[in-house]
Amino acid sequence: MHITCPFCGERDHSEFTYGGDASIAYPALDAPVDAWIDAVYVRANPKGPHRERWQHSDGCRLWLIVERDTLTHEITRVEPARAAIAALLAEPSR
Amino acid sequence: MSGFRLKAGGLVDRGKALRFSFDGKSLQGLAGDTLASALLASGERLVARSFKYHRPRGVMSAGLEEASALVTIGSGARATPNTLATTEELVDGLEAHSQHRWPSLQFDLGAVNQLFARLFSAGFYYKTFMGPGKSPRSWLFYEHFIRRAAGLGTASRAPDPDHYESCEAFCDVLIVGSGPAGLEAARVAADAGLDVILAERDFRLGGALPHETHPIEGEPPRAWIEQREKLLSAAPNVRVLRRTSAVGLYDHGVAGLAERLAPHAGARERFWIVRAKRIVIAAGAMERPLIFGGNDRPGVMLAGAMRAYANRWAVAAGSSVVIATNNDSAYVAACDLAGAGVSTMLLDCRDEVSGELANDCKTAGVELRLSRMPLHAFGRFGVRAVEIGTADGGGIETIRCDTLGMSGGWSPTQHLLSQRGVKPVWNDTLAAFLPGEAREPIRCAGAAAGIWRAEDCARSGRAAGAEAARALGSSAPAEEFPAPGGWETPIRAWSFGAIKGKAFIDLQNDVTLSDVRQACTEGYDAPELLKRYTTLGMATDQGRTAAVNALAVIADGRGKPLGEIGTTTFRPPFAPVSIGALAGVERDHHLLPTRRSPMHDALVGQGARMLETGLWLRPWFYPLGSETVDDAYLREMRLVREAVGICDVSTLGKIAVQGPDAGELLDRVYVNAFKSLGVGKARYGVMLRDDGIVMDDGTSWRIGEHEYFMTTTTANAGKVMAWLEDLLETRWPELRVAVTSVTDQWAGASVAGLQARALLQSLLTGVDLTNEALPFMGVREGRFEDVPCRIARISFSGELAYEVYVPADQGAALWRALLDGATARGGGSYGLEALGALRVEKGHVGGPELDGRATLEDLGLGRMASTRKPFIGSALRMRPDLQRKDRPQIVGLVPAMRGETFKGGSILCEAGEESGHGLGWVTSVTESPSLGHWVGLGLLRGGLQAWEGRELIASDPIRGRSTRVRIVAPHFLDPEGARLHA
Repeated sequence: MHITCPFCGERDHSEFTYGGDASIAYPALDAPVDAWIDAVYVRANPKGPHRERWQHSDGCRLWLIVERDTLTHEITRVEPARAAIAALLAEPSR
Repeated sequence: MSGFRLKAGGLVDRGKALRFSFDGKSLQGLAGDTLASALLASGERLVARSFKYHRPRGVMSAGLEEASALVTIGSGARATPNTLATTEELVDGLEAHSQHRWPSLQFDLGAVNQLFARLFSAGFYYKTFMGPGKSPRSWLFYEHFIRRAAGLGTASRAPDPDHYESCEAFCDVLIVGSGPAGLEAARVAADAGLDVILAERDFRLGGALPHETHPIEGEPPRAWIEQREKLLSAAPNVRVLRRTSAVGLYDHGVAGLAERLAPHAGARERFWIVRAKRIVIAAGAMERPLIFGGNDRPGVMLAGAMRAYANRWAVAAGSSVVIATNNDSAYVAACDLAGAGVSTMLLDCRDEVSGELANDCKTAGVELRLSRMPLHAFGRFGVRAVEIGTADGGGIETIRCDTLGMSGGWSPTQHLLSQRGVKPVWNDTLAAFLPGEAREPIRCAGAAAGIWRAEDCARSGRAAGAEAARALGSSAPAEEFPAPGGWETPIRAWSFGAIKGKAFIDLQNDVTLSDVRQACTEGYDAPELLKRYTTLGMATDQGRTAAVNALAVIADGRGKPLGEIGTTTFRPPFAPVSIGALAGVERDHHLLPTRRSPMHDALVGQGARMLETGLWLRPWFYPLGSETVDDAYLREMRLVREAVGICDVSTLGKIAVQGPDAGELLDRVYVNAFKSLGVGKARYGVMLRDDGIVMDDGTSWRIGEHEYFMTTTTANAGKVMAWLEDLLETRWPELRVAVTSVTDQWAGASVAGLQARALLQSLLTGVDLTNEALPFMGVREGRFEDVPCRIARISFSGELAYEVYVPADQGAALWRALLDGATARGGGSYGLEALGALRVEKGHVGGPELDGRATLEDLGLGRMASTRKPFIGSALRMRPDLQRKDRPQIVGLVPAMRGETFKGGSILCEAGEESGHGLGWVTSVTESPSLGHWVGLGLLRGGLQAWEGRELIASDPIRGRSTRVRIVAPHFLDPEGARLHA
């Protein structure tokens, strides 16, 4: 499987570490227990497109949001998790 | 009579004889031989014993589909079991052994199993040893004997002395197989300028074309191959890999190739990971056996294999040959054998064939018998006769022969496509599975796509090459994909009615027609179930010749079309790969990188015994003279408690946390407060996971208003770093904080003991270490030899202690200076063993207690949790089950009889109830020189509150001992901390 890191380019998946389901919005730290149980334990486990967090741990160490099809491993979108970095990388290079 | 070398022909070098041995017998072959062709040419017919019944077996194929002729190559540490004689290239001095027989191949006592064949039928293990009413111990008892009796060769237990390589490559198009389709695909793709890798399992290019005698596109087959071989080897954009099997296809065009290197190449095998934009599978097709009694006897062989031996290796498999077929493909085999002077009869179960084929037989001198099929072959150590008849059992007669060829049709080799989840589609007319539609850019060409004629295969290869070129933006001449098939008279597959005797479906696993039928009767009539119930399709050949025949038996039994039965999914590897090749150079100490502290050389120079902990090499202990570890660590502990000890702590994780919100970040990840920590102060912190379980602990030092120096445990350094990065990038991007790993930038030492202050003061400048200027948990900067350093007064051992950090390149100098000073003050260095023992005495938790299951309360740290701020884990740690009072909680343990010892890992139980999981377990123990007896820590249900002052048994059933222990508070030494504050 290949992931195209927005900073480093196309790389083998072995350079990356999977970090979990990116569709989870973690609640505030003082949110009620139920909200945290949902965030930590409840997963849709979809067959098909899935938003995931991956870190380019053996590369630039950016955390990325990867859209991957869990059935075919097709990757349709990769972007930095941090919007500010995404905006920075989108700027035309000087 | 057995096989022999023909007088002329073949792609063997008659001027170059190669000596080899089989079961100690010295034999001779020719350069260009495989082990199988050399054995056949030498007249060796019996080469193996079968898996279950120990039946005599010979060579049945000329390739990877071989199910019988498995041998062990080499001896000693290099012995390689279960090698296919049919794919093993003959080299001078090759040593081969038959396997799975005793005392000898001719006389094998295991063959008595044949007498009990009725017992060993489908599902034998399950019915006999498992299931309701059977003791679970019975399988455990019999397994050993069964595995000895049934099986394959034995691997060497010695370390593998050979070298292996691994290699990564990229290409535009990977072509698997170099038959007419593969060669033409490669040629067209190369002409279009693509970067091409062509992988061929054999040591010779051409696939099945070297077995051919008919011209292809107007050229003799060998000339046709040579022209293309020359073109490809001259093309700079083509890599031709011989002896290379494509064993696995993975996502995004990743392929695994296993290359056997030429003899004496230095390394033995090379594993390629190839990333290809497109893949062409031109892996050919495999012939299927016919099903009849005794179809496993030595001398029974696939018809195409017989032809291959005759034409490529100039070996006649016998002198009196009967070939049986249900399709057109065996006619050329019969004619070629007759042409080589072998008396040949051809049985065709069909009632008529094309006049052309009948004519070919007449011209070549082949006796053609239509409407006849083999029913039963005779001859224990080799075929002597075959009983033939019509499909309904009429017209029975017995024909004498010494070799029996068979062709039950052909199965396109689509294992790689199946690995990608592409289901094959059954074609009833061709009696073959054709490739299904692949969503990925993978194309089957040639016989792998069910195309039988060589010229059509070449055309399909050109079409596949052109398709790849166009898809990648190059131009290439247009070529149509030819339709599958190519026989004139349709195949007439499978008739089971008149078969007699033991007819094998899976030769490698000794699964017979009646086994498959019985399994179907018992309800195991789906392919995946049948495989597990009968073992059909398992082991090295993975049902290459058996799978489709088995489906046909199921279809027959269920009265359904074969296409509706389903298939099993093939998994990697397609061909056997040695573990050594997969490991490549990543073995022994190359398996993982080794990390050494900046003080490493100084420690080793001083005589430290090092210990691997994760990736790190750390000092275990520093033996004096002939001291053992137990002697040394106790002495080192005394140095710390009585004078001063120094310890390398460079391996601790160190993270620079910088920015206006640094304190806020730490407040969120630690259970206790850090924003309020003053500059120049350090604090011990614990962090939890989201689920409320303890993740890691360590001290963080406030270096400045906007900067903290966080330390983590050695083991969790990477995890904590990635965790902070994750939080800052995905959860809290609004925090103005940067985290940087500085583990490798700083070398650190712990200096502990009454003399620690004096020792450090003598070495450092620009810093006042008095109790007033640097109280407990204070942080200062100073200088060591004009280099800035950081000092914190923190203690893991419970003594007056400091951690001092210098830039990594000064680590060794700092260590030597500390060691000289410590030695002069009656102290010295201490290693990991003493470090661990000191913390147990002090009751600090460490790795064995932070086991990924413990909560703050379990570890006695509940009071650290802030109630004024939320933090990671603060919500879920309050779940009722994590707050229960009967959870395992930290306790101190001392032996009830002071002189006794006890072990880590012991189970804590009440006397007389020493069974099951007990009430808890012992996590850490040490002998305490200060107290004069052993002490330990444990996690015990209910903890101190339930058990303080009471006695339990520390039971160690594995080592067969138990000790009475008293439960005490886990602070054995100086609980008031007077030493710390000295």
